[in-house]
Amino acid sequence: MSNTVTVTIDGREVKAHKGETILELATRLGIHIPTLCYHPRLPLAGACRVCVVEVERARALVASCVFPIEQEGMVIKTNTERVLAARRMAVELLLASGDHNCLLCESNGHCELQDLVYELKIERPRFPAESPGHSIDDSNPMIFRDLNKCILCGRCVRACNEVQVNQVIDFGYRGGRTKIVTAEDRSYAESTCVFCGECVQVCPVGALVENKARFAGRPWAIKKVPTTCTYCGTGCTIDLNIVDGTVVKITGNEDGVTNQGSLCVKGRFGYEFIHHPDRLATPLIKENGQFREATWDEALDLTAEKLGQIKADHGPDTIGGLSSARCTNEENYLMQKFMRAVIGTNNVDHCARL
Amino acid sequence: MAGLAAAFGSGAMTNSLAEIIDSEVLFLIGTNTTENHPVVATKMKQAVTQRGAKLIVADPREIDMTRFADIWLRHTPGTDVALINGLMHVMIEEELYDKEYVQGRTEGFEEMKEILRRYTPEFVEGITGVPQDDLRKAARLYAGAARAAIFYAMGITQHITGTDNVKSLANLAMLCGNVGIKSGGVNPLRGQNNVQGACDLGALPNVYTGYQQVANEEARGKFEKAWSVKKLPAHVGLTVTEMIPAAAKGDLKALYIMGENPLVSDPDLKHVEESFANLDFLVVQDIFLTETAQRADVVLPAASFAERNGTFTNTERRVQRVRKGVEPPGQARTDWEIIADLAARMGYEMRYRSAEEIFNEITELTPSYAGISYKRLEKEGGLQWPCPTPKHPGTPYLHKDKFVRGKGLFHAIEFIPPAELPDKDYPLLLSTGRVLYHFHTGSMTRRDVGLNFRYPQGHVEVHPVDAYELGVEDGEKVRVASRRGEIEIPVQVTPRSPQGMVFIPFHFYEAAANRLTNPALDPIGKIPEFKVCAVKVEKLG
Repeated sequence: MSNTVTVTIDGREVKAHKGETILELATRLGIHIPTLCYHPRLPLAGACRVCVVEVERARALVASCVFPIEQEGMVIKTNTERVLAARRMAVELLLASGDHNCLLCESNGHCELQDLVYELKIERPRFPAESPGHSIDDSNPMIFRDLNKCILCGRCVRACNEVQVNQVIDFGYRGGRTKIVTAEDRSYAESTCVFCGECVQVCPVGALVENKARFAGRPWAIKKVPTTCTYCGTGCTIDLNIVDGTVVKITGNEDGVTNQGSLCVKGRFGYEFIHHPDRLATPLIKENGQFREATWDEALDLTAEKLGQIKADHGPDTIGGLSSARCTNEENYLMQKFMRAVIGTNNVDHCARL
Repeated sequence: MAGLAAAFGSGAMTNSLAEIIDSEVLFLIGTNTTENHPVVATKMKQAVTQRGAKLIVADPREIDMTRFADIWLRHTPGTDVALINGLMHVMIEEELYDKEYVQGRTEGFEEMKEILRRYTPEFVEGITGVPQDDLRKAARLYAGAARAAIFYAMGITQHITGTDNVKSLANLAMLCGNVGIKSGGVNPLRGQNNVQGACDLGALPNVYTGYQQVANEEARGKFEKAWSVKKLPAHVGLTVTEMIPAAAKGDLKALYIMGENPLVSDPDLKHVEESFANLDFLVVQDIFLTETAQRADVVLPAASFAERNGTFTNTERRVQRVRKGVEPPGQARTDWEIIADLAARMGYEMRYRSAEEIFNEITELTPSYAGISYKRLEKEGGLQWPCPTPKHPGTPYLHKDKFVRGKGLFHAIEFIPPAELPDKDYPLLLSTGRVLYHFHTGSMTRRDVGLNFRYPQGHVEVHPVDAYELGVEDGEKVRVASRRGEIEIPVQVTPRSPQGMVFIPFHFYEAAANRLTNPALDPIGKIPEFKVCAVKVEKLG
């Protein structure tokens, strides 16, 4: 049995893999279908109706993110007036569902709802918007939660339960009162949340944002530098989010080989040490039991002299070097080279044992 | 590391993190994965909840992963060898093991089998406290899987029998044909971002880069030539756990420490402090004035990870780029620039213009890294050694078809109890470790508002029954004392640790667990026994 079927999409006759979704096929072909509750790393939901397309002989418009291609000869239209009107309606209802004032939102410029409003050429809200009146959760320094901006796409719920498997948040209440809740609808601080921040990472709007990064810089001012996390040995790829030479937040890099965007609380939120006022900024030399600031020349000359003297008087094996599992490969290489080639001892180790 | 090297010929994690999702059985022992390797734990939890993988957890504490476990073996700390021998005894007795694999790919089976005879489930229950039925079930579950992966961390290695423990896990994996296959293997989870890299690059007293032995004349000659030095020392140097006693005796006069904080991380801190006081000269290179740096004669300010270029090698042998995003504060410089400058002042030129130039020197001297370059890392996002040539794709799992050492070697290992067990004077067993919100000696994480919000101070976990008998309440400050020192610390009453055992995280210098710990070492790995010592808990005045 063949694994491909021939279908027509926007007038093009193409081969599709049996079972792939319309969205997957379109993405492969470079046909843009807007999405909102869809996220490439998350299980499918088909909830927001933004990605709807027309399939000939189907009773209604279908959500392309979940609709599998099975039948030979299927005819798909992604861009008809009917499709666009439905998408507009879905987005207009979302706009009316909460407190979506971009001027007052941390996610302005980094918001998928905002992008959709623009893409669908919505010029003014069609329906009156009323804030749902949820209280703001500012209970902790890490995750700031304003459910008045929540569009109930459920990405955070899937991220928490199916990616991190932390099982902290879910949909609560019913109907128009539906909202995302922790157990017993408590604040994040009072819940069993372990602050991995996966929910923040996948939130498409401004409902969940990094608390410490609020008012630290606009999305368009941020320069992202991908690097490797400094904590445990997993080796997650992170993005340093930099504004004017300062790391204002860390986000998971979705292309990271080991983590695919996921992080833990330390990797995502434990970055304050980088610019902490306690950072050493000048060499120090101890004199009469007190440190004094010194120049590099003073500090390194003194070190070279002392190490040289001890080596001459007592032999190289009376000197030890501790390299570091916190430093790079290049630095570890150089440290052991220094101990072996310059000092002349194999007394070099690091904290792998501790 | 020494244990795996002896059994397989390579000391590194055998398999890859991405393979976890396809394992049929995951066996976790001595790893509190959700707290110490949270993103690895997500993959394990996904495998269990979404792919039907079975999970066996062996841990004295009721760690988070036990919630997902099919079988939880709650063995007494320090009885790992007995537990693993018991599992293998059942597999041999019930003929569950992979005879073809044992026959074709391993050696030393008969000697091990002889030892295993007396490790009956009854005998093992007596040592470990694990019910016989659970042991049998776990043995059947692990042996019944086509792909079973073992994960461990410091809960296995930080014992005087750490090397024996690792060899035992290697035995178990080989017995069931789980080494050299995808989604199987024996997988140590390394606790710091670049432990693997520091080992790979020769920051060890016995090897140069890529585990080339300093005692080997040919290797020495190669590095003498490359480094333009007449003679490199041939005898193995001191480990960190040997340097401290050497300093106490006056045999070690000077220490150059880069980015480590032994005055919080090492066992028996009182002794460490005395040893440091005995040094003629101490230079510490770090990003903060740590407890260790405070005792230095010279302190050199270094750049943090966000301020430098380079590479880290993760727990699965994957070399990945580190990229500079911001400038270091004030006059701080990268560690490699400082070392090179110091070397020049001591009459040895190290001329490098960038981290990449150093990396290129590494790949020339290190066969397992030879095929890796910054260019490839930029394009391919990370490469797993061995990667011997520029076209080699890297190696997701080791020992396919053939072990690095040829045949896999079984070791016949007898159970040896920990060096110090509870007694009349010190009736409780202390184990130490980490918590989710802090890292190692806390010099970075304890300066973070968010992490401290969630976990501001250390505490000693005490079982409710012990707490009742001691007459102490949750949150009450107590004195915890061992033969080596004492600390004052608040109690957390919880059944997480079993009755008779207490647990203290070691991140907190003001209530430093390492004032209590026992510096007794594993004779091969030279790793101290952080996971077991005897203490008493006393109500304060």
